[in-house]
Amino acid sequence: MDEFILIFRHQDGSKVASPEQMQTWMKQTMDWIQSIAAKGKFVSGTALPFADARVVHHKGIVTNGPFGDIKETIGGFIIVKAESPEEAAEFAKGSPVLQGDGNTVEVRKIAKNDGVH
Amino acid sequence: MNQPELIPHLFRTEFRKITSVLGKLLGAGRLEMAEDIASETFLAAMETWTYKGIPENPAAWLYAVAKNKAKNVIARNSLFDSKRAKEWVRNSQNEEVIDWSEKNIADSQLQMLFALCHPAIPAEAQIGLSLRVLCGFGIDEIANAFLTNREVINKRLFRAREKLREEKIEIAFPEEKEILHRLETVLKTLYLLFSEGYYSESSDNVLREDLCLEAMRLTHLLTEYEPTNLPNVNALLSLMSFHASRFEARRNANGELVLYQDQDERKWNQELIAQGIYFLNKASQGKLLSKYHLEAGIAYWHTQKADTSEKWESILQLYNQLLQIEYSPWLHLTAHLRFQRLMEKKKPLLRLKNSS
Repeated sequence: MDEFILIFRHQDGSKVASPEQMQTWMKQTMDWIQSIAAKGKFVSGTALPFADARVVHHKGIVTNGPFGDIKETIGGFIIVKAESPEEAAEFAKGSPVLQGDGNTVEVRKIAKNDGVH
Repeated sequence: MNQPELIPHLFRTEFRKITSVLGKLLGAGRLEMAEDIASETFLAAMETWTYKGIPENPAAWLYAVAKNKAKNVIARNSLFDSKRAKEWVRNSQNEEVIDWSEKNIADSQLQMLFALCHPAIPAEAQIGLSLRVLCGFGIDEIANAFLTNREVINKRLFRAREKLREEKIEIAFPEEKEILHRLETVLKTLYLLFSEGYYSESSDNVLREDLCLEAMRLTHLLTEYEPTNLPNVNALLSLMSFHASRFEARRNANGELVLYQDQDERKWNQELIAQGIYFLNKASQGKLLSKYHLEAGIAYWHTQKADTSEKWESILQLYNQLLQIEYSPWLHLTAHLRFQRLMEKKKPLLRLKNSS
């Protein structure tokens, strides 16, 4: 069994979403994580707040962004256990992030520290 | 993971509370700042609760975060021209907190309602801004309810906020002798807010109903505040309750409108009808007779399915009184149609004669 990281790329929701939409979105994400946890395949996860983000450039120049394409910004991730990249991708398909046009969930295998990967 | 259930519409409910309390603190001219702080608070909740679970006391969590965000915003913008903010910053040195007591939350919402319904703000803008600030609706949801686009709504809200600033409107209760006069605009806005939901062409059923319920909730707040617990306020709430009782019956499975005479009265909500009667009784204590009394009376008779001539006679009389208070061609026409209905009841032969 491998571990995969599911990276959410989407727009900053606070400027476009109403309180009701935010609550709905939160509920859906919790249900989605719960469904993965119910299979014993949820490892961990976190949001990455857009506020107070910094980008450190070559020669140590620090900016408050830019993040590049606004829809490409990473808003958070979860780590899951899966038998294959296909299974991990199946989990990703259920993510509410994908309701937004242009949003993506990137699935990447996490390197094992066992010298065989 | 065993966590407390999230209260439905919690964010929407808390949005108006947080925005009202902070709006009062920052001043009406900085309403948008209060709205932004509230939005950011929910974003923070979303980012945290999703992964760490819902806290024991979600509202208290939101208030604490909103307080800190407000503190940062005030420090960053050095909003020292707002007297209240100035005082608050001074006090907060001693870790004084924002007043999140039930009383201050309720008062702030009412004061906000009075500020937004200031006569200087055009009616359309009043409704738009009330939907945003006091009902916690998003721009898209407002645009959907009004069947228009984001730009139009944004422009309306912008104008309303600008008026609040220009006119230096205070988020406070009007003086005792002013209340009656100002209350009229407030009631008109609430009436329009309700109608917007009740008669909206929007295909979103849930949204339409929510709008009506929000209007009722705000009216209910007014009945709980002694100086505004007046007969016309109770009459309006009664009117809304009677109308709302037919929510379920007036749409078929496809969301199409079902005409009154074709409605299945078993679907009429008896609890809301009883509520309507309760507030109509309260409205009758006193000498004041407003158009809301008459409309509530008409609405009451519509909750009685029996097709008696007493019913149509009463309705017609109420319409006639209403025409005396407020003439409009539409009302005149409706009254005329009711008159015909009554005549049909009384003299079926007359109808035959006329139509031949």
